[in-house]
Order: sequence, then structure tokens, then C-alpha cells
Amino acid sequence: MDFTNVKEVTYRVRRFDPDRDQAPHWEEYRIPYALGMTVLDGLWLVKELHAPGLAWRSSCRMGVCGSCGMLINGSPRLGCNTQISELATTTVAVGPLPNFNIIKDLVPDLGPMFATHRELSPFIVRDDHEEMENPSGEFWQSPEELEHYLQFSYCIKCGCCMAACPTYATDPLYAGPMPLAQAHRYNSDSRDHGFAQRREVLAGERGPWRCHFAGECSRVCPKGVDPAKAIQLMKRELVADYLRLRSQRCPAKLAEAPKGITRREGVPEAPAPTVG
Amino acid sequence: MTRDNQLWTWHVLAGLVIFVFLGLHMLIMHLDDVIKIASLNPAGGHPIDWANVAARAKMIFFPVTYTVLLGAALFHGLYGLKNILFELHLGAAFKRAVAVVLLLLGVGLFVYGTWAAFAATALARSL
Amino acid sequence: MLTAKGYPNRLGVWGWLGGGRWGLERYLYTLHRLTGLGLVFYFLLHILVTSSRAFGEAAWATAMGRVTGSLFTVGEFLVFLAFAFHAANGLRLVFIELGWGVGKPFEPVYPYKTSVDFQRPLAIAALVLAALLAAAGTLDFFVLHGEVMP
Repeated sequence: MDFTNVKEVTYRVRRFDPDRDQAPHWEEYRIPYALGMTVLDGLWLVKELHAPGLAWRSSCRMGVCGSCGMLINGSPRLGCNTQISELATTTVAVGPLPNFNIIKDLVPDLGPMFATHRELSPFIVRDDHEEMENPSGEFWQSPEELEHYLQFSYCIKCGCCMAACPTYATDPLYAGPMPLAQAHRYNSDSRDHGFAQRREVLAGERGPWRCHFAGECSRVCPKGVDPAKAIQLMKRELVADYLRLRSQRCPAKLAEAPKGITRREGVPEAPAPTVG
Repeated sequence: MTRDNQLWTWHVLAGLVIFVFLGLHMLIMHLDDVIKIASLNPAGGHPIDWANVAARAKMIFFPVTYTVLLGAALFHGLYGLKNILFELHLGAAFKRAVAVVLLLLGVGLFVYGTWAAFAATALARSL
Repeated sequence: MLTAKGYPNRLGVWGWLGGGRWGLERYLYTLHRLTGLGLVFYFLLHILVTSSRAFGEAAWATAMGRVTGSLFTVGEFLVFLAFAFHAANGLRLVFIELGWGVGKPFEPVYPYKTSVDFQRPLAIAALVLAALLAAAGTLDFFVLHGEVMP
């Protein structure tokens, strides 16, 4: 649809005020339109011109913070990342992300998702506690080893994948694409040694077993993280582990500072550290 | 308690077993006019005529493969059904009841079906 | 764990059907579930009916007599179609859910090519296989037998 001559668009917003309303309901607002407006820009206009009490989360307005996940014309998307002109209609229907309780208007309660995420130890787990507490250097990691998990590290925790997942739609016990993809991100990081720890959680109901590859999570992900791929790769790893076919590997070694080197002529000393 | 990673692995393996054995079963029962294999429907006519059923029951290959198929298909199907019912998330008591019922159903039908397969063989061989 | 607060907003079973947003793999997932349910319910009855052969020819004839007629023929044909789809799609799922055919992790560059795009040829192949099986079954059920099953 050609938006060059469109002067106004209609916003259908799912409103819910817990102090006043029994249930969510739709309300419509007309706002002026200019080419290049994102759905988030439109929401600011709605708030300014019609509904000062409208609530939503947003922050960076450039698709890196993951705050503005919402249901836009039936699809979970980021408000700041979605041009009104790519919606093919002049009516923009905006609702809160499904599969999460609604706090108010467009604000979902993402607490359960983050709690599950925490359960899966989303950080490097290693045995050398002294090094983890007081790091003395870097860990060796090749570009090939980086490729194994880099894609999954782009996750901005927006929750769009959770809203799109059919299993998460009925089953709150399923961990969901975001926590599982992040667990796999750490399992495939060569610096990490926490597979056994995460497996305890992943082998049971919280694991990837309720994923049936509907693929919607990867289709809606605004950062191309492809959680569906992470989950299938994780299943392979867990099955291989159960059948005792998984190759054990040592976590990445510490890259020690080079010894026996001398400073070159003319290279100045570094300034004293100001932190720590 | 058997964890989901184990049950799921067996679910997939059972699926592969079913692909082979149910494929053979469909070949005999529903693709017999498209791909004729005389030894599997020796009496000609319809695959479910008693003559064919008895002829197959005589060969030990059939009760053995039926038992394998029965076990694999019951496990695969009932595990899938259990997953669908559990995903509806209707409470812990419901889940416990479903698990017990499906387990009893599966074991019961497996025992009955296996008995029937070998009883049919004994009967056919005595005729 | 944080206590839940707010107005419930889960899609429920409507979420299984796509929640308003459709993709091929979502259809395949839903259809796989439906055919699976159909097959498992048919199978439980099938065990009971076919076990009658252990009781002799007369018992077999009685049992077969109960499941004849055009309604049952059509029903059996639908079961065959369900098998055709469930088996072909199931084979695809075995590959994908064990991590083959979804592609390797790589640094994502917009427009993103996801595992869903990567495995699309497998999905098409599964549908072709299902169609071939269904065609063979149609031939056998309705053309070559040429009559309602006795």
C-alpha cells in the first residue's frame, strides 16, 4: 500500500486500567501521519493528543533495548522497529504481548520469563572460582568458537518470541524460546563449563521437549537470534548426552600474559588505573 | 522418575520404528493393489479375508513384528497424547490422573494385543 | 519466583492455531497434532477389533462385519491420509529436532535467514512425500478395489 498521500491513521489500542476496568477493551484514536513514522512514534502522538494515561514500555527507540515489544496487527513486534507504512493498512491495532499477564494497557508482566531465565544460569559457569572473582586475564577463544554462540547472544529479551510460541500459549511451565536459547548460548560458549548444571533443569519439564518447531519464535525475532535453531541444537546435545555420545570438552583456557618481553623504544607507559 | 530427555529420545526412536513397520503394514493392507507382494497376501482377494489373516498368522515374522509395532506405537501415541493433555495445563491432579490412566491403558492394550498375536498364530497353525 | 500480577492474557489453544498469524510450519505443527490425535484414537480401537482374530474365523467375521460400510471405508481412508501426513512430517521432525537441516549458527545480518527458511525444502519434501502416499492410497481405496470393502 502506498503511504505517500496518507494524512491520518487510526490507532486501535487495547486499553486496560486495573483501577477502573473489569477487562481489556479496544479504543480508537485518529492521529496525523507523516512518512517514516514508527508505531512507537504514533503511540507518543496518541498519548499527546488523546490519551494521556496510555501506558507502555519504551526506551532506546532504535531496536536494541527490547522494551517496546507489543502485538501489532496480530504479530508480536517491536514498536520502534515497525514502520506504520509496512503494515499495509491505515488502521494500526496495538495490544500488549500475549502470554503474559497485563499490568496496564500495553505493559505485560515479564517477571515469569526473567525468573525462568535466571533458573537456567545465564552466565559463564566455571570451576576456577578464584579466576571468576578476580580475573587476571582473558580466555582463549577462536573466531570459529565464537560463531557457535554469537547469533544467540544478540537476544535483547524483548519477549516477542514468547508471545509467538504456541506451547507457551497454553503451558506456563514450558521455559519458552528466550530462556532456552540463552541456556544454549552459554552451553555452546567454549569458556563455559556449566552444561551439567543446566542439564539438571533442562532434562525435565522446563526443557526444550515441549518445542515442536512451529518456528514462529524465529520468524518474529527482531534481532535474528533464531531461538528455534538454538532449541533444536540443544535437543541434539541433550539426546547425545543421554545416549553417552556427547564429546566432553575442557572449557577455554586462560590466556596468560606473555613473559620475557621488553618495551619497544618510544612506546609510553600506560596511565595508572583509576578503577579497582 | 524418568526425565523428559529420556522419554523424548525413545519417542523419536519409536517413531522411526513405526515408520518402517507401519509402512509395511500399510503396504499389506492398503497398498496391496498398487504394489503387489504375493507372499504377504497369499490367498489373493482382500487383505482382511480370513484366508490371508490366517496365512500371515502362521508365519512367525508377523506376531513378532506386530508385537514390536504394537509396543512402539502405543508408547509413541500415548506419550504424544500425554504431552498434548499436559500442555493444556489443567492442574497437577489432572496431570497425575492422565499419567496413570495412559500408563494403564498402554500396558493393558500391549499385553492384550501381544497375547492376541501369538494366540492367532497358535490357532492358525492348528487349523 | 515473582508472584503473578495483572490481567491474564494467555492465548490458550487459540495460540496453537497461530493466534491470528500464520506460517507454513505453524500449519504443519497443528496438522501434525490433529493427525496424531486421530491416529491414536483409531489405533486404540483398532487393537481391540483386530485382536478378535485370536478367537477364530467366526469371531473375525463378526468383528469385520461391525466395521464395514461406506462410512467406515471413508473413515479408514481418512486414517490413511492422516498416516501419510503424520509419517512424512514426522520424518522431517526427526531430522530437524535432532538439529539437522536447521543450519549452523552464524552472525545474523538483516534481512534474517532463519532456521525456518533453511528447513523449508525439507517441509516441501515432506508434503510431496505425503501427497505421493495419499495418491497411492486413493488409488488402492477407491480405484483399484472399485467397491466398498466387504
